[in-house]
Amino acid sequence: MYELIVVGGGPAGLAAACAAWENGLRSILIVERDRDLGGILNQCIHNGFGLTWFKEELTGPEYAHRFIEMLSQTGVEVRTDTMVLDVTPDLQVHMTGPATGYRIERAKSVILAMGCRERTRGAIGIPGTRPAGVYTAGAAQRYVNVEGWLPGKRVVILGSGDIGLIMARRMTLEGAKVLACVEVMPYSGGLTRNIVQCLQDFDIPLYLSHTVTQIRGRDRVEQVVVSQVDESRRPIPGTEMVFDCDTLLLSVGLIPENELTERAGVALDPRTKGALVYENMETSVPGIFTCGNVTHVHDLVDFVSAESQRAGAAAAKFVLQGPAAGESIALKNGFGVSYTVPQRVRPQNVEKAVNVFFRVNRIFGKNEIAVRAGERELCHFKRDRLAPGEMENITVPVKLLEDVTGEITVEIREV
Amino acid sequence: MTDVVIIGCGVIGAAAAMELSRYDLDITVLERENDVAVGTTKANSAILHAGYDPKPGTLMARLNVRGSALAKEYCAALDVPYRQCGSMVLAFSEREIDTLRELLERGVKNGVPGLQILSGDEARAREPALAKTVLAALWAPTAAIVSPWELCLAFAETAVKNGASLRLNTAVTGLERRENGWLVHTNAGDMETRFVVNAAGVDSDTVHDMAAPHSFDIKPSRGEYYLLDKAEGTRVNTVVFQCPSERGKGVLVSPTVHGNLIVGPNAEGSDKHDLATTAQGLDFVRETAKLSVPSVDFSKSIRNFAGVRANTGRDDFLIGVAAPGFVDLAGICSPGLTSAPAIGEYAVELLAGEGLALRKKEKFIFERRRVRFKELSEAERQALVARDPAYGWVICRCETVTEGEILACLRAPIPPVSVDGVKRRVNAGMGRCQGGFCAPRVVEILSRELKVSPGEIVKDRAGMNILTEETKGGAAHV
Repeated sequence: MYELIVVGGGPAGLAAACAAWENGLRSILIVERDRDLGGILNQCIHNGFGLTWFKEELTGPEYAHRFIEMLSQTGVEVRTDTMVLDVTPDLQVHMTGPATGYRIERAKSVILAMGCRERTRGAIGIPGTRPAGVYTAGAAQRYVNVEGWLPGKRVVILGSGDIGLIMARRMTLEGAKVLACVEVMPYSGGLTRNIVQCLQDFDIPLYLSHTVTQIRGRDRVEQVVVSQVDESRRPIPGTEMVFDCDTLLLSVGLIPENELTERAGVALDPRTKGALVYENMETSVPGIFTCGNVTHVHDLVDFVSAESQRAGAAAAKFVLQGPAAGESIALKNGFGVSYTVPQRVRPQNVEKAVNVFFRVNRIFGKNEIAVRAGERELCHFKRDRLAPGEMENITVPVKLLEDVTGEITVEIREV
Repeated sequence: MTDVVIIGCGVIGAAAAMELSRYDLDITVLERENDVAVGTTKANSAILHAGYDPKPGTLMARLNVRGSALAKEYCAALDVPYRQCGSMVLAFSEREIDTLRELLERGVKNGVPGLQILSGDEARAREPALAKTVLAALWAPTAAIVSPWELCLAFAETAVKNGASLRLNTAVTGLERRENGWLVHTNAGDMETRFVVNAAGVDSDTVHDMAAPHSFDIKPSRGEYYLLDKAEGTRVNTVVFQCPSERGKGVLVSPTVHGNLIVGPNAEGSDKHDLATTAQGLDFVRETAKLSVPSVDFSKSIRNFAGVRANTGRDDFLIGVAAPGFVDLAGICSPGLTSAPAIGEYAVELLAGEGLALRKKEKFIFERRRVRFKELSEAERQALVARDPAYGWVICRCETVTEGEILACLRAPIPPVSVDGVKRRVNAGMGRCQGGFCAPRVVEILSRELKVSPGEIVKDRAGMNILTEETKGGAAHV
């Protein structure tokens, strides 16, 4: 019986396992399905990681390496090339790998850190032929950065999520011609710095409020048709532009991979598509915690690390001191907010303050983020700009929650 | 000289090859593409129809009902995913209830067992997701769902195991009548044969014209589909049709043997090889399906595709002797998949009538098993991984497909050469991430096992290369 099994050895799982060790657990197992620890960071060879966490600029593999080094100073056990097939509500973890075979391990606590997957062509239903040359941006990134192969030479990118933007620059540096980045929303889904550094610096046009309406070509992509869309995201006839290209990369969203979470009986939040969590990243099933992109899709890995440390520390507390106690308060979406994590807070279980992550559902200029209980404002935070592509977070002092019952609301006020 | 050349290795050509391979014959199957089952066979509704649709007395009616029974038996023997889930045809008006009665009557004449007309409430008791507007339904308990490409593969593998030879990437370019048979011209040389079977699918008219006077045209009809995530896979548990019209059997909602939900098709005249989906077509499919099952959640779509059916505008298949020693298995539109095993049998009869001597083989191999890791018990999984560690390595996360299963299909009688070929054999890449994670792994395994560069690995057909060139830093040597 392990004190803790961590499912997934990406940035979330690594930080969680390290924190659990620091907080006193001594029998911890990380199960990772890939050959190496590090997760998707291993294929993110660009820089820009770690500015918040390490106060320096690192590449993805360097960022992962810092945590792998930290982990190697602990006694945490690691099984790579091993896939978890099932987690039961009573914390049995079924796994299979060529080295250990099919095994069922029991644990006192489990941290789910499986990350997310990319939305595909089928999910968004782009009409047309089905030739080679249509890839999700992340799959293309793996081909280029890990396998050393280019998936095409003339590229259109649909979606302005960060991986798409990063791949626009990466493909350009490898000698491909990136003709356009096409975004169905009137704003980009990626970080502003990536729009500047990956598109503008390379003169790659960004078509906002546009989408790909047809893929052409029998064996290989030959053309894609791009159309402008109206406010309800429907293509406007007569606005078609045809791009001659051999590749279409899709960066149209990430979906937390919660199949195991559901099997474990954990309640999910339809807004985040991840588990409903308390302030300490505990789920609705006692002893099961989640962190990282499996909980909600983050913009920066630095925030994943912070959140995952909280999950690791909480799992240690759960094993060593028993379940967290106290009544909980629900966090509700107010105006402009599309989700919050955590979704519930138990003030009794918070030392000083609660860190709340959220995203907004449109772009805001100068504004205030307000937290209120009923009509009573508890606190507010000033911001110059908020965008859906960037995750926000606020820190709410727990003393403000002392006499609150039921729920609080997080909302945006334009000023 | 061979005894029989079969042109085309879709499910019809494969069924004919398998039935012929029961006898001491020299059989060659010619397939234009790099794999079997890649035409109409791979893109259809995956339904085995009960047999109430065809007009009584037609060949189609007889072969449908016979095929439905044979398919059940063959799927069990050859380990092909099959589920007899039954089907319903829905009626939304009094006029359509009349249609149901006609179908029932036809079905009884055709010898379809167990047909019954249910009231709207009885239908909803079986399928709670059906629309409230459903007034009645024709229940056909013998309808089934199947993996169409695996059915074709199982037939083709059985033929090969019993001595038939399969030549892939071989397109027939002409046929010449010779004194004691035919000279077959292909892009890979000529061959002589005593008999020819035309199972060329949407191109069966072209092949027919090489051997006999022009007598029919394939008028291809394209059908577009949605495939939905397993989360929607139990939205219905039987095949749900609407009333057929002159345009076909209409839009259906059905579970698949792989656990997904399939919705479609529409029917639009098209080119023979036009497999493009259209915004209008997909809209039509969505809107029409919601009349039957309003709660289908199309946001759970994982794939759209289109297939082309070899329609001829006639009420029957075009099966028969078109020239001495030349048999057409043409115009195989729906219910072609269902009829395939019976069409195979019938092809043998027709060839015998043309003078093909049939002597049964002493030993006909009629078994096939493949390991599906996902379906094994814990104890079986443990034992399997202990015996072969490759079964411990999960390549496709969504469908839980292991490296061992991929290696096994590469050692089977008809190994795949493409990523989609692997997908059709072991389901890797068929799940919700659509190969986003496993395709690079499959490319790597194919490259290693076929001993070719990753740049030569194709998605599906020849020419569908996935990777174009090495990066500036060069390919990684893992």
